[in-house]
Amino acid sequence: MNELLRRLLFLPDQASTFARDIDQLHYFVIVTTFVMSTAVGLTTLFFFVRYRRRSETQTTPHIEPTWWMELGFIGTPLFFFMLWFFLGFREFVRQQTPPSDAIDVYVMAKKWMWKFAYPDGPNAINVLRVPAGRNVRLLMTSRDVIHSFYVPEFRIKQDVLPGRYTQTWFNAVQPGRYQILCAEYCGAGHSIMRGEVIALKPQEFEDWLSQQRRGLVARQDSSPTGLDFAPALGNLVDQGRRIAAEQGCLKCHTTDGTRHIGPTWLDLYHRREKLQDGSIIDADEAYLTESMMEPTAKIVAGFQPVMPSFQGKIAGPEVAALVEYIKSLQSDVVRTGPSEGPAYAPIRGR
Amino acid sequence: MSHEAAQGLPEGILAHHFSSLERQNEAMRLGMWLFLATEILLFAGLFTGYAVYRFQFPLAFAECSRHLEIALGTLNTIVLITSSFTVALAIHFARTDRRRAAVICLVLTIGFALAFLGIKAVEYTAHFHERSLPGKYYAFEGVKILGAAMFFTMYFLMTGLHGVHVVAGMSVLSWLLWRTLQGRYSSRYYTGLEMGGLYWHLVDLVWIFLYPLLYLI
Amino acid sequence: MRLSEADSARLAGALPQAPTYLQDGTTVLSWLNTRDHKRVGVMFLASVIFFFFIGGIFALALRMKLLQPGPYLIDAVSYNRLFTLHGVVMIFLFLIPSIPSAFGNFVLPLMIGARDVAFPRLNLASFYLYLAGAAITIWGMLQGGADTGWTFYTPYSSTTPTQVLPILLGVFVVGFSSILTGLNFIVTVHTLRAPGMTWMRIPLFVWGIYATSIIQILATPVLGITVLIVAVERFAGFGMFDPARGGDPVLFQHMFWFYSHPAVYIMILPAMGVISETVSAFSRKNTFGYKAIAMSSLGIAFVGFFTWGHHMFVAGQSTFNAGAFGILSMFVGVFTAIKVFNWVGTMYRGAIAFKTPFAYICGFLYFIVFGGMTGVALATTSLDIHWHDTYFVVAHFHFIMVGASVMGFLAALHYWFPKMFGKTYPEGWGLVAASLIILGFNATFIPQFLLGNYGMPRRYYQYPEHFQALHVASTAGGTLLGFGFLIILIYLTIALIWGQRSESNPWGSKGFEWLSASPPPTHNFDELPTITQMPHDYRTHEPPGVLHVA
Repeated sequence: MNELLRRLLFLPDQASTFARDIDQLHYFVIVTTFVMSTAVGLTTLFFFVRYRRRSETQTTPHIEPTWWMELGFIGTPLFFFMLWFFLGFREFVRQQTPPSDAIDVYVMAKKWMWKFAYPDGPNAINVLRVPAGRNVRLLMTSRDVIHSFYVPEFRIKQDVLPGRYTQTWFNAVQPGRYQILCAEYCGAGHSIMRGEVIALKPQEFEDWLSQQRRGLVARQDSSPTGLDFAPALGNLVDQGRRIAAEQGCLKCHTTDGTRHIGPTWLDLYHRREKLQDGSIIDADEAYLTESMMEPTAKIVAGFQPVMPSFQGKIAGPEVAALVEYIKSLQSDVVRTGPSEGPAYAPIRGR
Repeated sequence: MSHEAAQGLPEGILAHHFSSLERQNEAMRLGMWLFLATEILLFAGLFTGYAVYRFQFPLAFAECSRHLEIALGTLNTIVLITSSFTVALAIHFARTDRRRAAVICLVLTIGFALAFLGIKAVEYTAHFHERSLPGKYYAFEGVKILGAAMFFTMYFLMTGLHGVHVVAGMSVLSWLLWRTLQGRYSSRYYTGLEMGGLYWHLVDLVWIFLYPLLYLI
Repeated sequence: MRLSEADSARLAGALPQAPTYLQDGTTVLSWLNTRDHKRVGVMFLASVIFFFFIGGIFALALRMKLLQPGPYLIDAVSYNRLFTLHGVVMIFLFLIPSIPSAFGNFVLPLMIGARDVAFPRLNLASFYLYLAGAAITIWGMLQGGADTGWTFYTPYSSTTPTQVLPILLGVFVVGFSSILTGLNFIVTVHTLRAPGMTWMRIPLFVWGIYATSIIQILATPVLGITVLIVAVERFAGFGMFDPARGGDPVLFQHMFWFYSHPAVYIMILPAMGVISETVSAFSRKNTFGYKAIAMSSLGIAFVGFFTWGHHMFVAGQSTFNAGAFGILSMFVGVFTAIKVFNWVGTMYRGAIAFKTPFAYICGFLYFIVFGGMTGVALATTSLDIHWHDTYFVVAHFHFIMVGASVMGFLAALHYWFPKMFGKTYPEGWGLVAASLIILGFNATFIPQFLLGNYGMPRRYYQYPEHFQALHVASTAGGTLLGFGFLIILIYLTIALIWGQRSESNPWGSKGFEWLSASPPPTHNFDELPTITQMPHDYRTHEPPGVLHVA
């Protein structure tokens, strides 16, 4: 029955865990719609045949509906529409709430391509590899205009906005290849902004991931200095933002000038900071690096020495990326070029 | 026209499709209030934008607000409120058949409107000099917090649109002044003048909302 | 029902007819400088039909391109411009002014027994604002046109290099025309009803237009300010919706849909009004559930203001918002259903004549039920995730906007054609065109529902090949549809010039607009009629053309 209706309605394969549930509701809704419009059509036809005009001077009785008729007219559609709504909204909440054990993939959309980055290393363009049978959460932002991430087989779609992060999740039930389409109009290349989700068997995915990581490490090891490595995620600033989010820096430091547990990073670079002992220092690269490794050494006046040391937790290149990121946070406000989006702290349920 | 003569009215006041002047006045008032509703909704879009960005950048908005010339803003508020008073007086004089006084009051109102625009121009010039300008032109040294440019975007959009309404109001008032000079408005018929006055009160009212939002809080 | 002696004698043919509004001045200037609501209505009618065909040509060009999945006939940017212009022209220059400005202007004062609308000069100004807005839009098109889609989503619309500015400006100006027309109608209904016309005796078409006018007045200014901000953004870089400057692009969507969702009801409510009138006239039966139909119009106008968020279920608004907007959207469906049941009820024990307008009524009923229920399905949040921005949405809103609204427009055009011009059209051709249009319409848009299910996003120049078969079917249907409209254009033009003189009330209708002669004289009535009963009372029979002359 499911297969028959699915084919009749031209629905694509049901390749995610919620595709089938959504389709069940779809069948219910469409069948009600068909029954209703056919009923109205047939009643019209019947009335037309039964009550066709017999003479040009025909008169008709004055008929008003009774209150219970009007109540029926209101109640019947209200019942069905509310039923649709509650069934649909229950499913919607499920689709909007990523499970806490999901693996994260960062998605960056731009005219007209999709970039995917995994938290610990590899990235890819237009091809998203995920393990089948596992929950995958996508954290998405756009570099220019609004795009929309759409995989028909998964029944998921989520707009990708510049300047903020949106999220969606799915669980591909079996290995396979599924087309990604951009569903929000974004210009001349809108219709060719396509990508592909490749759902791999879990083991194959692990193999691919470790292979990618090895490649990354190899590249880092071969570079003469720690600073001069091929950035995993675009430029250093991008990478620094990601690291700041992952390491939880942004839980205490803001990037918009507001005071929080630690000093704001906005305009921090080369700021003349007054320390607790009254001395004044220039927040240059050296001070920033020192503060990550030995946070309690030089505390800015008015703040508590609560920051943990990141000695050994972040590698040299990552420190460099963080410093570059802090340097990029200047409030001369008139930023040129497209937004890079605010830093996003992944909030996990655990 | 017999239609008007039958009701003892001068020519050219009662349109052919209205049965009486009361009916026509009722229609004009209703029409005017509906029009004022559309004007308020026009500004509502900007007020919504202001609310959203005030919520998003509370510090920047508070800080930028402190950099506006509060004295000039207050002066402008006084000027506009007084002009609302004079236009109300003009209607009062017209309906009590004191045409000369009505004309003087209308001239005063237009003068206040010009004064408002002049003061606003002084403020705008200052903004241009210190480059506290909207969006991509923002280069003000005084406030460097993210969102400051957005404050001035809202500031210029709101005061700009209001300024356009002041100019429109002035044109309406000038036309009414001309009609008053012609002696069209009297105790018998003054609805046109009343409508113009209503419009001017709206222009005033919008400013009364803009002033605290932009200058005070 | 009491008409003045002169009016009723003229209607019965006992007195010579007063010169009709068409004969009262025949120079071009007498039309361009008219204050007569009927002439303004006719000028609006001619203009909207012109723009309907322009928009239709754009649509056919789009459908031709979509025969092939790869690049074909036109390039991607031209395609994007074409669908933008198709949307802008059809929505702002055709659908929004179509029934209210053309037929509303013509029959609303006749129906409530007034000699004109409340502000005739404003009415003419509204027409010229419309023309000015249309001219700016056309100028923008000739400059190359915009490629943003009719929704102008930021930040795309504030950064694309195409000519968005004139299109925005055109929309802004046309919006003001719409506001002025709505304002005029509300004041007219409040102040110019004939003696005895209580609120519960107002014809249902007038109720429809009244509800529409409320939306026009309260929603259009928000569109005005929104497009104005986008224009300033393009022109001067203010950055209110630009994320690079801290702006929020989703705020634009909220403001845009705050107008554009109620605007959907600007397009459909007048058509519903037309159906309420015609279904009574052709069933020769009093309206079943008059109050329910009238109040549900107001209900739609009211609830319509609180449903805009259902356009943004996947745009990143909160789940709670989505739920709230979803449930509110359901009520629009309920109000529409009330109307549908009452229209069908009107036919019960009637005396139905299957004339061309009745064919359109049947089409309308089917389209509004199917299109409306797919709309409610789209508001079912989880289903919308798959359907959002696919051809399913395209098919749904074409079912409402073309299916229902244009059927209403065509029903009105045929029903009131004798009223407006005093001529008859060929009934046979009318039925041929109606069946061609209803068939062609289904053939065009049912494949599009399936395309949407299949996962075909809208606004795609190139598409994956497995969609092609359905696209070809849709284009074939579109051609039929185009032929149908062309036939109407031809036979109505011929009827207008060489058509037979029609009787004063060829349908034997007891709608109040038939209380005046057809075509009506310049000021409609010698003396205002007195209304003593509901419209469409068919309990007694009088010779066609005379209604309860007492």
